Amino acid sequence: MSFPWAKEYTPTTPVMKFLDEKLPLPRLVYNAIGAGYPVPRNLSYFWNFGVLAGFFLVLQIITGVVLAMHYAANAQVAFATTEHIMRNVNWGWLMRYAHANGASFFFIVVYLHIFRGLFYSSYKAPREMIWLLGVVIFLLMMATAFMGYVLPWGQMSFWGAKVITGLFGAIPLVGEPIQIWLLGGFAPDNAALNRFFSLHFLLPFVIAGVVILHIWALHIPGSSNPTGVEVKQESDTLPFHPYYTAKDGFGLGIALLFFFAMVFFLPNALGHPDNYIEANPLSTPAHIVPEWYFWPFYAILRAFTVDFLFIPAKLLGVIAMFGSILIWFFLPWLDKSPVRSGHYRPLFRKFFWFGLIPAMIVLFICGGAPAEEPYVMLSQIATAYYFLHFLVILPIVGQVEKPEPLPYSITEAVLGEDKQAVLGENVKPAV
Amino acid sequence: MTKLLSVRLVAILIGLGFALIALYSFVIGAYAAATEEPAGHLPYEKPRDFEFSFEGPFGKWDIQQLQRGFKVYDEVCAACHSLKYVAFRNLEQIGYDEGQVKAFAASKQVPGIDPNTGEATTRPGLPTDYFPSPYPNNVAAAAANNNAIPPDLSLMTKARGDGVNYVASLLAGYQEPSAELLAEHPEAAPGPGLYHNPYFPNLNLAMAPPISIDGQVTYDDGTEATIEQMSIDVAAFLAWTAEPTMIERKQTGWPVLIFVLFATVLAYLSKKQIWAAAKRKKD
Repeated sequence: MSFPWAKEYTPTTPVMKFLDEKLPLPRLVYNAIGAGYPVPRNLSYFWNFGVLAGFFLVLQIITGVVLAMHYAANAQVAFATTEHIMRNVNWGWLMRYAHANGASFFFIVVYLHIFRGLFYSSYKAPREMIWLLGVVIFLLMMATAFMGYVLPWGQMSFWGAKVITGLFGAIPLVGEPIQIWLLGGFAPDNAALNRFFSLHFLLPFVIAGVVILHIWALHIPGSSNPTGVEVKQESDTLPFHPYYTAKDGFGLGIALLFFFAMVFFLPNALGHPDNYIEANPLSTPAHIVPEWYFWPFYAILRAFTVDFLFIPAKLLGVIAMFGSILIWFFLPWLDKSPVRSGHYRPLFRKFFWFGLIPAMIVLFICGGAPAEEPYVMLSQIATAYYFLHFLVILPIVGQVEKPEPLPYSITEAVLGEDKQAVLGENVKPAV
Repeated sequence: MTKLLSVRLVAILIGLGFALIALYSFVIGAYAAATEEPAGHLPYEKPRDFEFSFEGPFGKWDIQQLQRGFKVYDEVCAACHSLKYVAFRNLEQIGYDEGQVKAFAASKQVPGIDPNTGEATTRPGLPTDYFPSPYPNNVAAAAANNNAIPPDLSLMTKARGDGVNYVASLLAGYQEPSAELLAEHPEAAPGPGLYHNPYFPNLNLAMAPPISIDGQVTYDDGTEATIEQMSIDVAAFLAWTAEPTMIERKQTGWPVLIFVLFATVLAYLSKKQIWAAAKRKKD
């Protein structure tokens, strides 16, 4: 599962030889993220975000396990134990703020990772499976984050849970029984809180499992790259270690600077003040909004305000919201342009920067705003564009577009006509 | 090929369907917006911007101010508002010594159990006890306050947007509604048992002005107790109750950021050195 010129792992010490014979774990690591994994030499910093997403997943699991030691999933005391963590547990405030902001940063890096995949068409053959697994991870992340936000049992926790589980109530005939079954009651209460806690603890490990599949699938064709031209020869690649361990290390440092600046100086900036009010089923907040990372999808949900034929508006919104992510599963078969990178696709590039990105920004803003004009009308136009972009524009552009000329190889793209820089000579790992 | 084309044809039809239904909602909504009066919001004011010593990345508590604010809470707010996440022992963090905390705790009655009969009773507080609630339960709180339950204040400044400024603005901001406001929004006139306050989102709240005259609380440090001064001080105290670890957090942040910055510079330099071998050679 790699290129023929990949360096082979050779254990040197007797201990490592013993280990390699009995359980070749070092060999696995060496071939996965070590010198034994050749990677295109032209990856930009946009290829950092996969590693960063992995880092934040691990951070969430560590801080989450510590928080779970002090938290009690009982509607009577959940809010109070959260405050207990903030006030009485040594470094509890740090664990909780790191976990809450860690969720936001996990989504930030994953959104940038998806954005990279969309611009460089990383979903195209032979990498369809990596993309499909990535969408599965994203869906699991959304479920996990939603249930985690319910746990502090503040006002937004409670009402968010009520609104989101209420979406299932929109399904014809079986909707209401499903909603009651999911909540374990008619409204969010102890039963819902307990199962959300149980699943919130479980799902991150499911995510970790799918991440392993995601990386496994990645190592079969190898990473994509900014030119979209496949690796042809040894000089197109560099060993992952030390080149990309060093580059990812620097990227991680930058991400941590932003992360710690938020945790220590603006820990509540991404949260909602109402969640510092204990859940009260008798008092509805003025505006129920989800966490920022759900805003674009929340805007799509609320964009459908009028019944169409016999279909209620609420059901349309629910179908559109789930559909807006599910259509990502079909991208590899919708965009059939033979060129991957947006850099060489003039028409695709225009729709991407002047269509999709502005539509996403509009949806993001409208999702966080109250459901009133002009936000509703703006989100309707942006929603229409969103679906047109993926389902209509992408398939047609792939047919009619005349791509710009591609470089012959990655080596040529990086080194130009430099005669000095050929094959292996100058690219020995600087151990 | 034809099979793939049909996949894309189906996608195009579904895409057009979603877009048309979304635009259908848009047209109906646009028609309604053009023909109907928009529902107006009551014009409430954003909180004033006060200066607090604990703001900003280098902020520190003003212990004198926290003690003044604590006195305002104890003598004014505590009559109706609980502070249930704060324990008496926490007061040592705002400059009181062990003896003072013990004496203060003992001056409050907390719920207890009579050791002889096992019946519910009250006993003097200990430093480990939490601030007692002024009402035995929500029903009693509602009954005593015209059906409006006074909220717990422990987290108040985190539970409102721009919370510290909001609390100070609200407390110092009670006033009669202006004639222009009433002319434009007759519904803004305070109903029975309500009081006008321009900083409250629907302009009328059930809480009577709690701080109503200068000198209502006598400060121990000689600061002049104006209405505004008392409002600011109690807001500062509530910022402390909402997050007693705020200053510890900011002070921990600096060494962490400096360490990560240093590590990032090192990471950059090693990245540069490692990649030098793979870059284009100058002729």
